[in-house]
Amino acid sequence: MSLIRKPLNRRSILRAGAVGGAALATPTIFTSKVWSAGYLNEPTGAEVILGFNVPQTGAYADEGADELRAYQLAVKHLNGEGDGGMLNTFSSKALQGNGVNGKKVAYVTGDTQTKSDAARASAKRMIEKDGAVMITGGSSSGVAIAVQSLCQEAGVIFMAGLTHSNDTTGKDKRKNGFRHFFNTEMSGAALAPVLKNAFGTDRTAYHLTADYTWGWSQEGSIKKYTEGMGWNTAAAVRTPLGAGDFSQYITPVLNSGADVLVLNHYGKDMVNSLTQAVQFGLRDKQVNGKDFAIVVPLYSRLMAQGAGENVKGIFGSTNWHWSLQDEGSKAFVKSFGQEYGFPPSQAAHTTYCQALLYADAAQRAGTFEPCALAAALEGFEFDGMGNGPTLYRAEDHQCFKDVLVVKGKENPSSQFDVLEVVEVTPRSQVEYPAEMLGGELGACNNGA
Amino acid sequence: MDVILLQLLNGLDKGGAYALIALGLTLIFGTLGVVNFAHGALFMLGAFCAVSFNALLGLDVVTVDETQTTAWGTPLEVRTPYVEAYLGDFGAWILNYSVPVSILIAIPVMLLVGFIMERGLIKHFYKRAHADQILVTFGLAIVLQEIIKSIYGANPIPQAAPVAVRGAADIGALFGFDPGVIVYPYWRMVYLAFAGVMIAGVFAFLQFTTFGMVVRAGMADRDTVGLLGINIERRFTIVFAIAAVVAGLAGVMYTPILPPDYHMGMDFLVLSFVVVVVGGMGSLSGAVLAGFLLGILQSFASMNEVKAIFPGIDQIIIYLVAVIVLLVRPRGLMGRKGVMEN
Amino acid sequence: MVTKISPARDYLLFGVFAIAVLTMPVWLAPIGAGYPDLLQKFAIFGLFATGFNLLFGLTGYLSFGHAAFLGVGSYTAVWSFKLLGMNPIPAAILAVVTSGVFALAIGYVSLRRSGIYFSILTLAFAQMSYNLAYSVLTPITNGETGLRVLESDPRLFDSSANADGPLISNLFGIEMTGYAGFYFCAVVLLIGFFIAQRIFRSPFGIMLRAVKTNQNRMNYTGLNPRPYTLAAFVISGMYAGLAGALMCITDPLAGAERMQWTASGEVVLMTILGGAGTLLGPILGAALIKYFENIFSAFNEQTLHEAFSFLPDFLEYPVVSVAGLFVGEGWHLTLGVLFMLIVIFLPGGIMEGVSRIGRLFRRSSSKVEPSGATAPAE
Repeated sequence: MSLIRKPLNRRSILRAGAVGGAALATPTIFTSKVWSAGYLNEPTGAEVILGFNVPQTGAYADEGADELRAYQLAVKHLNGEGDGGMLNTFSSKALQGNGVNGKKVAYVTGDTQTKSDAARASAKRMIEKDGAVMITGGSSSGVAIAVQSLCQEAGVIFMAGLTHSNDTTGKDKRKNGFRHFFNTEMSGAALAPVLKNAFGTDRTAYHLTADYTWGWSQEGSIKKYTEGMGWNTAAAVRTPLGAGDFSQYITPVLNSGADVLVLNHYGKDMVNSLTQAVQFGLRDKQVNGKDFAIVVPLYSRLMAQGAGENVKGIFGSTNWHWSLQDEGSKAFVKSFGQEYGFPPSQAAHTTYCQALLYADAAQRAGTFEPCALAAALEGFEFDGMGNGPTLYRAEDHQCFKDVLVVKGKENPSSQFDVLEVVEVTPRSQVEYPAEMLGGELGACNNGA
Repeated sequence: MDVILLQLLNGLDKGGAYALIALGLTLIFGTLGVVNFAHGALFMLGAFCAVSFNALLGLDVVTVDETQTTAWGTPLEVRTPYVEAYLGDFGAWILNYSVPVSILIAIPVMLLVGFIMERGLIKHFYKRAHADQILVTFGLAIVLQEIIKSIYGANPIPQAAPVAVRGAADIGALFGFDPGVIVYPYWRMVYLAFAGVMIAGVFAFLQFTTFGMVVRAGMADRDTVGLLGINIERRFTIVFAIAAVVAGLAGVMYTPILPPDYHMGMDFLVLSFVVVVVGGMGSLSGAVLAGFLLGILQSFASMNEVKAIFPGIDQIIIYLVAVIVLLVRPRGLMGRKGVMEN
Repeated sequence: MVTKISPARDYLLFGVFAIAVLTMPVWLAPIGAGYPDLLQKFAIFGLFATGFNLLFGLTGYLSFGHAAFLGVGSYTAVWSFKLLGMNPIPAAILAVVTSGVFALAIGYVSLRRSGIYFSILTLAFAQMSYNLAYSVLTPITNGETGLRVLESDPRLFDSSANADGPLISNLFGIEMTGYAGFYFCAVVLLIGFFIAQRIFRSPFGIMLRAVKTNQNRMNYTGLNPRPYTLAAFVISGMYAGLAGALMCITDPLAGAERMQWTASGEVVLMTILGGAGTLLGPILGAALIKYFENIFSAFNEQTLHEAFSFLPDFLEYPVVSVAGLFVGEGWHLTLGVLFMLIVIFLPGGIMEGVSRIGRLFRRSSSKVEPSGATAPAE
C-alpha cells in the first residue's frame, strides 16, 4: 500500500473512474515512470537516488550542514572517488567502490527546518518528484519519528540521523525505519557506572528537563539508572523549550540540598542552561561536604563548542567522538578532515555510517527493494565503523554498540578538542530487551 | 524566604533585559509610527558586534608545527592571537574585557546601521500601511540574520565575561543571611545596573534636552510640530539611530548570559512586542514598567510550588498577563489614546 | 478602489481560476512544482490565506494568531480519524465546527480591542495554545512527536472494514493521497474561493469594508461593527480550521509547531505579499512562499554545478558560490530579499504588479476597444 504513487491495477482503475475528470487531468508523464516498477521508485537508469533530508535552517543548521558533508563524502566513497574512508575498515566487503548494484549513487537534498511538517513535505518531494528510494538524516527525534512513519506509509527505507529519543526504535518503531544512533536508555546505562565512580553512591540529583518527549525520555532513563545505584532525586523540573534565560529554574537548585544537577537539554537549551548554571557558581559549589557536579546526559561536540569553557569537567555521553583511535574512526576522520579541514561531529559520523550501511545492505540484497533490503539489515553484525562490533537488532531496528562517556576537556588544544573520552562502555552493558520499550514494527512496505 | 528573594532578583534581572529591549521598539513606535519587525535583528547585530570584536582580537598568527600532525594527517597549526603576540599584557587585558570593550565598537556601528536603515528604507514607509511596514522590516530581519549566518554559522558562539565578574557573588552574606544561600552572578548584576543606566540615560535625554523635547512633542502630535516649522524627519533619523544603539548595546551585554546565534533576534521579537504593547503604545515608562512586571511574574510562575498548582503556567504566564492587562486596561498600562489603534 | 464588477465577470473569474487550479499538475510541472505534495500545499495554504484575507483584507484587523485555528482544525481532524474513522468528510466538518467555536471564544475577547492591541491579544492566545500543546497537553496532542492515527485506535465506523489497511484518509475508497488528495483539496479550495467571492460582493462584505475605512463613522450612523467583525473573525477561523483538516486529510499527522507564531506570521506574509484585500492575491502569495520553501531549499552544490555547467570553469565556480548563498541552506535569504523587493516596488503586493501589467495592456489596446476596459481581477 502506498501513500504516494502506485502502479495501476484493476482496483485503482476503478477508483480512477470514480474520480473521473481528476484522473483524466493527471498527466501520464507523472505516472508512466512507475508502471513497470516492482517497488516504489525502483531505479531504472544508471543512477540510484538517495534523499538527504537535513536541517539547513533553524537552531540545528550547523549540525545539518555537517550531516550533509558526511553524506556527500559517503557518496564519493561509494562511487569510488576519494580515499574510500570507512569502506576500507568496514567488516562487510560487499561494496567495491563502484556504486551500488552497478548503479552510480546520486542524491537530492532538502531542508527539514527541524519541524515535522516541513520535514515531511521535504521527504515527500524527494519521494514523489525526485524518485528517491531512501530517505535519511535529521537532527531531532520529533522529526525522525514523523519522517519514519511517512517512509513506512510511502514504502521507502528511512535511515534515521541524529535522534536520541527511545521512541524512535521503541514506541514508534517502524519496519522501514532504522537507527544507528544510540538512545536515552543507553545513555543512562552507560553514564550511571561512570557517575558512580566519579561521585559515589550517596548523591541527590536535581533534574532540569526540556518539556517535550525527548526530555522526558532522557529524564526517565537517567533517573532509573541513578536511583538504581542509590542516588536520590530531589526534583525534576520541566523547562519550556527555547526558554533562553534559565535563571528562574537554576536559583531553586542552589538551596535545594541537591548536589548534582542533571541538564536534560539539547542544542541551544543545553548551551544556555549550562552556561548560566556555571555562572551561578554551581560548578564551584560545595553541598553536603561534596563538590557540586553538573551532568549533561547527551553531549554534542558542536553544541559543546557553543558553551565554551563552561563544559570543562562536565560528564555526558555521546555516540562517537573524532579522537577515537580505532581504525574505522581514524580512516573517517582522515578523509573528512582532508576534505573539509576540520573533524567530523557525531552527527556526521552517524549519517555517514547510515549511508554506508544502507548501500552495503542493498549490495548484499542485490536490490533496492525496501523489504529485501530491510531483511539484509536486520540482525546484521558488523565492525570497523568506529563503535566496535555492532548489531542492527532485528526486533527493533536499533544498533547496539559501545557508548562513549565523555567529559569536557580541561586543556583543549584546539577549538574542536573540547571533549575527552572517559570510558567506552561496552555494548553488553547497554543492551536491553526489545520488548522493554514497547511498540510494533508492523509489516514492511515496499510501496507497490 | 531565600527562594523568594532569589526569584525577585531573577525577575529584576529579566525585567531589566526585557525593558531594555522594548525601550528602543517603543521609541520607534511612539515617534515614527513604524512597526519595526527588524528590532530583534538589531539586538542580534549588537550581540554580533561583540562576537566580531572578539573574533578580530582572536585573529591569530599561524605557525605550522611540522613535528605534530592533526588527526587527519595535516601538520598541526599553532595559533597565537596577534593582539597577545604584539601587545603582550595589554592585549591579554583587552581579550579578557572584550565584551564590555566592544560597546565602544557597537555604538558607532549601530548608529551607522540605524542611520542607513532609516534613511535607506524606513523613511519611505512612514506613510505606508502597517502591513507593508511589517513585510519590509521582516524581510530585512531575515536578510540581516542570513548574512550573519553565512559568516558565523548557526551555532551559538560563547562570549566570556571578564574573569573578575565571571562567578557569582554571595550577596546574602551582606544582609545577614548564611553564607552561600543567596548568591547571584556578578555579570547579571552588571547587566541590571547597565540596563538601569541605559534606561535612565534615554529618559534624561528625552526629558532634559531640547532635542528630546521636540521628539516628545512629535510623539504627542506630529502634525502640529511639523506645522511649527520644525524638521521632524531629521530628528526621526536620530531617534531611530538611538533606538538601534539601545537595542545593540542590550545585545552586546547579553552575550555572556546567552551565547549569541543568528536567530536570537527572532527569539526576542515576540517578547519585545508583548512588553511594548502591555506597557501601552507610545509610552516609554509603560514599556519599562511592563518589562519589570513580566520579568518578575515569569520568575515567580516558574517556581515549583506554583507549577504544582498550575501545571505549565511558566510556559504561558507572559501571554496570560498580556491578555489580562489588555482586557482590564484597553491601552496597556500607560498607553495613550489613538496610537496604533487602527 | 472598489469598482462595480458585474456578476458575469465574477463567474468568468471563478471559471478561469477553477481551470487554472485543476490543471496545475500540467502547467506547474516545468518549474518543478508539479508533484502531489506541493500541489496539495498550494491548495491548502491558498485556502488558509483566503480565509485570513476575509478578516484582514476586508476589516483591516490584523490577527497574529491564526495558526491556532489551523492547529485546532488539525487536531480535531486527527481525533476524528482516530475515533470515527478515516473518512475525510466528518473530519473536515468537525474541524470547521471546533475551530469556529475556538475562533468565537478568542474573537469575542480579542475584538474588544483594535489595532495592535488586537494583534497582540490574538498572538497571546495562539502562543498559549502552542506552548500548552507542546508540553502540558501532550495526552491530547502527543506533544513534539505529533498526533497520529494508530492501528489500535477505535475508528468506530471503519475498523472492521479494513483492519490492516494503511492509516490514510479515504473518501469512500479513494485514498486521499497523491493526486486524488490534491483534487480533494483543490475542490475544497474552489468552494472556499467561491464563498469568499460571494462574501466580497455581499452587503456583509461591504459592511466589513466600512469597518476598515472608518469605524467611527459607522458608529455614528448607529451601526455596531462588533457583530460584523466577529462574524468575519469566526468565518476566517473556520477557513483556517478547514485548511488544518486538509493538512491531516492528505497526511494524517498534527504537530504543535503548526500553531507557533511563525506559522501565524507566515499567513500574514502570504496575504500581504500577494495583496491584502484582493481575492487572488493571498493564494498567489501562499503559492510563492511554499514554492520557495520546497524548491529553493532543495538546490545544492551538485545541482548548481549541473545548472551552470555551460559556463567556463573560471566563471562556473564563482557563479555557483554566489548562487549558493541564495538556495539550499540560504533559501531564507531569497525569501527575505523577495519580501523587501515586492513591498518596495509593488506596494499592493503581487496583485499590484498584475494590475499594473493589466493597465499597460489596456492602455495599448484602449484605442481599439475602449469598452473592454474593466478593472483587472481583484
